[in-house]
Amino acid sequence: MSFTTAGYQLAPVLPELVLAIGAMALLMLGAYRGQGTTSAVTSLAVLLLVVVGVLEYMLPAGKQVTFGGSFIVDDFARFMKILALIGSAVTLILSTEFLADPSRRIFEYAILVLLSTLGMMVLISAGDLISLYLGLELMSLALYVVAASNRDNAKSTEAGLKYFVLGALSSGMLLYGASLIYGFTGTVSFTGIAAAATMSNVGLVFGLVFLLAGLCFKVSAVPFHMWTPDVYEGAPTPVTAFFASAPKVAALAVFTRVTLTAFPGIVSQWQQILVFVSIASMALGSFAAIGQTNIKRLMAYSSIGHMGFALVGLASGTVEGAQGVLMYIVIYVAMTLGSFSIILAMKRNGQAVEQISDFAGLSRTNPLLAFMFAMLLFSLAGIPPLAGFFAKWYVFVAAIKANLFTLAVIGVLSSVVGAYYYLAIVKTMYFDEPAGQVDPVRVEVKTVLAVAGVFNILFALIAGPVVSVASAAAKSLF
Amino acid sequence: MTTWPILSVTTFLPLVGALIVYLSRGDDEAAKRNSRWIALWTTLITFAVSVILVMRFDPNNPDFQFVEKANWLAAGITYHMGVDGISLPLVILTTAVMPFCIIASWKAITNRVREYMMAFLILETLMIGTFSALDLVLFYLFFEGGLIPMFLIIGVWGGPRRVYASFKFFLYTLLGSVLMLLAIMALYWNGGTTDIPTLMHTAVPRSLQTWAWLAFFASFAVKMPMWPVHTWLPDAHVEAPTAGSVVLAAILLKMGGYGFLRFSLPMFPLASHDFAPFVFTLSAIAIIYTSLVALMQEDMKKLIAYSSVAHMGFVTMGIFAGTMQGVAGGMFQMISHGIVSGALFLCVGVVYDRLHTREIAAYGGLVNRMPLYAMTFMIFTMANVGLPGTSGFVGEFMTLLGTFKVSIPTAFFATFGVILSAGYALWLYRKVVFGALVKPSLASMKDLTLRECVTLFPMIALTILFGVWPKPVLDMSAASVQQLVNNYNTAVTAVKAAALLQ
Repeated sequence: MSFTTAGYQLAPVLPELVLAIGAMALLMLGAYRGQGTTSAVTSLAVLLLVVVGVLEYMLPAGKQVTFGGSFIVDDFARFMKILALIGSAVTLILSTEFLADPSRRIFEYAILVLLSTLGMMVLISAGDLISLYLGLELMSLALYVVAASNRDNAKSTEAGLKYFVLGALSSGMLLYGASLIYGFTGTVSFTGIAAAATMSNVGLVFGLVFLLAGLCFKVSAVPFHMWTPDVYEGAPTPVTAFFASAPKVAALAVFTRVTLTAFPGIVSQWQQILVFVSIASMALGSFAAIGQTNIKRLMAYSSIGHMGFALVGLASGTVEGAQGVLMYIVIYVAMTLGSFSIILAMKRNGQAVEQISDFAGLSRTNPLLAFMFAMLLFSLAGIPPLAGFFAKWYVFVAAIKANLFTLAVIGVLSSVVGAYYYLAIVKTMYFDEPAGQVDPVRVEVKTVLAVAGVFNILFALIAGPVVSVASAAAKSLF
Repeated sequence: MTTWPILSVTTFLPLVGALIVYLSRGDDEAAKRNSRWIALWTTLITFAVSVILVMRFDPNNPDFQFVEKANWLAAGITYHMGVDGISLPLVILTTAVMPFCIIASWKAITNRVREYMMAFLILETLMIGTFSALDLVLFYLFFEGGLIPMFLIIGVWGGPRRVYASFKFFLYTLLGSVLMLLAIMALYWNGGTTDIPTLMHTAVPRSLQTWAWLAFFASFAVKMPMWPVHTWLPDAHVEAPTAGSVVLAAILLKMGGYGFLRFSLPMFPLASHDFAPFVFTLSAIAIIYTSLVALMQEDMKKLIAYSSVAHMGFVTMGIFAGTMQGVAGGMFQMISHGIVSGALFLCVGVVYDRLHTREIAAYGGLVNRMPLYAMTFMIFTMANVGLPGTSGFVGEFMTLLGTFKVSIPTAFFATFGVILSAGYALWLYRKVVFGALVKPSLASMKDLTLRECVTLFPMIALTILFGVWPKPVLDMSAASVQQLVNNYNTAVTAVKAAALLQ
């Protein structure tokens, strides 16, 4: 098989091509057949994502580079892409109910998720600053629109706008940083930058700071986290689930790739930034979540904290650290999708309820739901034997090896603070008197919850294979 | 020696029981009865299996037995189980106490019985796992995992201040443990593995020893609990349901002592030696201070909780004395305290079930209506005091003896604890049991039922048996303790000799 265009191999980008063409075909289908096709388009979109995932998995092993080094497919990219695809597909499945409402039968929703996913895949495989920016913008522009997809809701519109304005600002910063880096190294490719990057190159370091600021915005790390609580709260719940999963995977992937492959020579420069960012994120995520009453806002702060934990792994700048990031993001995606499927399942008389107090006594009105959520919360808090513990183990073990003791100590201490607010939800569900019956849970939400919940509880049994895959993926970066 | 993984079976059998309880759906009386019986049978079968462990155990072999090893996480982190003379008695204590907990909850727990039984069975798996794990990550998994069921037990079935108590319990213990987690990671990079037997023979640099010792100490001192980090215990005990208090006092507290014996002494002998005076001081303060605090209590459970802290002070003192008598005494004291304090909480549960108060002032003159109860309570009170002839005496005497050789002041001050414990325990006994029965609410109190006798009488038998014939327990752990003490002393003398040469 040798597709080529202008002398470049096309085989490595086959999944992306399929996704792009498929998304456009579905767009045509929706555009010509009208809004009645929403459910068909959504189902086909899920199918398309599955096909792309399989294609990605079947790509020949090893590292492949095309478009003159702009596009890299290695174990790391494959790992992250499949994870992002899973995140997107699950989001679409969880959105079925949201899209079934007659006032919201918008087929563009699925198309936008597909295009955003395409952006993520480009982003994950980016081998230079141009394709990085290309992927980032494709991903983000689609996300801005998706955030406002509940058109008649002021909060949703506000969320979309807020996300757009702040997102544009961060893109600007990133672009500014990229141009500085290009100016001071004379190249945009990561390998070229790595060769030119030296400690004495102040302009480059300057550019690096801006670049990292832009990336921190995308992973919602402190101090670029301000948009997160508002967007999480305002956006429709399935969209929030999407924001919390797939884009985070992509952003964290590119964060890892850029720091480890483009700036390996100046580790100490970006390490101090990352140490600060991760400490600030962990602390803010833990402390600010305590006062929250809205579960979606709480999840926003929780995700800020979790990104801080994931960056602990990256801050160590080693192969163990990269492995820790990979483990963290896999488990984080599972925990997040599980938690959001529970938030989606919480309905009374057809109305979604989002206050934490609405969870009161859930253990008696719907014991299974309460049990699953309690396990997910304990897991988010990092209590063994649940999955979340292993996530924390791998990032902190990397930090300890890199002698980042202060970071590790502050990290585990803030995880104890974080445990407090997760426990508070468990307390509401288990110790308080019931606040009334909840509606029966829809099948697709139940399925997602079951898969995520079982993964979370029984992770200790399947940890071995996941660790070895993550370890191979991490090694492919070095 | 064995063809089937007997230790894993013991560990995970209660988990299977919990699954069966889960499958027995329904909310009516029949379903509740079913879950009670399933839970009871599960704990009994688990106990029976653990008895096989004792029978096949070779007490002359100081190394780990019933070893099971399987791949788990990559790179030196394996599923590794095994017991030696230090962990086996604690495993047996766990499996033996659990059926009593289930029986004690038979009538006392009426709402959400199914969940209650599941929580206890899961907790049993995690407790046995803690004592038999031979891999640090696996150990941590079991050790911390126990927080979840215990949090729910206190919070769902506890008393009026249950929310406060459960949060305090959870966060306090978690805070101690996360620091230990970091130390585990440091040990992992130092030794390249988290395998406990391997790490016991891996040299740990002096500076790492100090930090790791402190981190492990943070976790175990909270769990033990030692003064001044004991404040979660009285709250947790008071609010927990009776069986929860029993598990807490009898088994969960022993995890701290077990941790010191399994990790601190063998892996960080030099740091343990350096910090021994520090531990002695804390232990002596704990013994005297908490005994004095116990004298002031108005709540029966709180009084026993404080006395637990004092008795655990003897354990830490004995362990860090690093002598044969001290360590073996600490070991024995843990088993003895497990039986005695568990039984004391059961005794409180007996009257609490009848009057629904634990206030000491609400009782008085029970001997007139409940002679059997008075007798039972007296035996355990005496064992708590450490009267010769009861198991309490053996442990206290041996730890004092072992400590005397190392630090006479510590032994001197700790001995006051024996006197003070007689003070508060006898005072409690007199207020509750003796005197005239004048309070009208007590006039209709019934003596021990058959079910209560079944839970309490075997414990009486054990208390007196181990009091006059402690040999079975001491023999079981002797070889392992001897090896531990030898290794510890060798390491310490080697450093002292090196220091002299310089």
